[in-house]
Amino acid sequence: MLFPLTTSIYEDKIQLVNNSNQIKENTELDKNLREIAKDIRCDVLTCIGHLGVGHIGGCLSVAELLTVLYFEAMNTDPKDPKKPGRDRFICSKGHAGPAVYATLANRGYFDKKELLTLNQGGTNLPSHCDMNRTVGIDMTTGSLGQGFSCAVGVALGSKLEGDGATIYTLIGDGETQEGQIWEAAMFAASKKLDNLIAFTDYNKLQIDGTVEEVNGIAPLDEKWRAFGWNVIDVEDGNDIDEVSVAVKHAKLGIGSGRPTMVILNTKKGCGVKWIEELGAGNHNTNVTAEQAEAAIRELRGEA
Amino acid sequence: MEMRAIYAECLKKLMEADRHVVLLDADLAKASGTVGLRKQFYGTQIFDCGVAEQNMASIAAGLSSYGFKSWIESFTPFASRRICDQIAISIAYAKQNVKIVGTDPGISAELNGGTHMSMEDIGVLRSIPELVIFEPVDGVQLRAAMPVLNDYYGAVYVRLFRKELPDVFPEDYKFDLFKADTLKTGTDLSIFVSGMLTKDALDAADALAKEGISCEVINVHTIKPIDRETVLASAVKTRAVLTVENHNVIGGLGSAVLETLAAEKIPVKSVGVQDRFGEVGKLPYLKEVTGLTVENIIRTAKEAVALK
Repeated sequence: MLFPLTTSIYEDKIQLVNNSNQIKENTELDKNLREIAKDIRCDVLTCIGHLGVGHIGGCLSVAELLTVLYFEAMNTDPKDPKKPGRDRFICSKGHAGPAVYATLANRGYFDKKELLTLNQGGTNLPSHCDMNRTVGIDMTTGSLGQGFSCAVGVALGSKLEGDGATIYTLIGDGETQEGQIWEAAMFAASKKLDNLIAFTDYNKLQIDGTVEEVNGIAPLDEKWRAFGWNVIDVEDGNDIDEVSVAVKHAKLGIGSGRPTMVILNTKKGCGVKWIEELGAGNHNTNVTAEQAEAAIRELRGEA
Repeated sequence: MEMRAIYAECLKKLMEADRHVVLLDADLAKASGTVGLRKQFYGTQIFDCGVAEQNMASIAAGLSSYGFKSWIESFTPFASRRICDQIAISIAYAKQNVKIVGTDPGISAELNGGTHMSMEDIGVLRSIPELVIFEPVDGVQLRAAMPVLNDYYGAVYVRLFRKELPDVFPEDYKFDLFKADTLKTGTDLSIFVSGMLTKDALDAADALAKEGISCEVINVHTIKPIDRETVLASAVKTRAVLTVENHNVIGGLGSAVLETLAAEKIPVKSVGVQDRFGEVGKLPYLKEVTGLTVENIIRTAKEAVALK
């Protein structure tokens, strides 16, 4: 058995070599996933470029994760978005809303044209995720720390219903500074919510500078382990193969009696050079339509 | 019977009838009176979050999004100002079905003193859109209210005095969450009162009647949304108003009544905590130092009538 009921298996970083069989089986799909992640990035650029401003950095850093979740891992149905017992994704770093919307649109939850309404008055796609406005969004998030607790509540709810759903949630590394994150971490471990798989978008940057300068969170893996979680450390969270394997590993933690944290070492603004180079400045920044078009050409390899 | 015992007894019935009714606590089940329910429901419908109220509030929202009817409980300061953002965003803005029970409002925190004495909980929460604020006045009303609150989909803050309160309502009382109750009709002054001071307001009205002042006493159990119709009708009839509450005069029932009557040119006086923090003591002492006495209600009532 690949995963015993202890955390020892998670101690080392994911070794893709050890999983070559899995990767080989999925070559075709992986290729598609890579293209989908690119489409999501392009759509994020298009809608933020259309508006002129947005949380571009933290949207681009999670494209691979969203692709793997919605196109490979999660049991969801865009035709029946409220299907009982569905897997759920709660984007606790709610400012990544545009990336989630782009993913949902690519998955067929709603028309891609709607993406152009992002953050315009009256839109169903506000900057931060809103379960009462957007088809496919299962939790209202944006006040950092809270979505993570909500996800813990959802995981508890699923356990009580016995419906076998897996609850996925994403937090930011800056968000990790919120005390509520650790309240929820304790509770999830204490109540043995092993149906909860969380991800940290560990891009090392927050609004005021690097996370370590502002209020250091390292060593993150040891913290989560000490809080009673399985921990998977993904060396490159913007490598679709690594993310895909990590999610498969994380799923094997269901039944371990522990929730699982997947630490994704990512690059904020990943995929577009000038946005990456803005560093901490790319959290929420102006993006003109021309800049977005150029960035899309860069992503498509046409630059 | 203590209010918390009635609250727990009602919750027990609701939980037995529906496994989706869940209760979250933050290490205060003994104070809230629900510890006795744990044998039957712990781990299936009752969960202790430990001393982590913010997490508790958001978990309740998560459970609500999964179809559960969530109740959470703590002392009033920790069920309001401490989790203000969680109530605003996880619960109210997200339109979740969560009942937030705060016990020991205002000076009833007694020996826990100033740190635990919420003079501001209604004020803090009243400006959160769509949130309902309910303060029961006796066991009869609480018993009638509990199933109604459970069935009401949305966010409600329940400001619960946990010890025994004298009954002011008869056994056949009909409860309407959004309708204030006229306890006594009168012609010279309208007294709007909520919570534990209601009996004191009735006693004051009796004393005033002996001096020839006829008071209408109305229990405003739901402070938000306030029953404008009843408040306006009574105030327009008597042309003088007194509010009485175990809360800061800023932000609570007094403010809600003033906002309702702002255009009416009717004098309004308020008995409440005069913008100060609490301190340790037993109720008689605390009533004295905060001015929440029958004598002060009588004195201020006369001032209100004199302003006509």
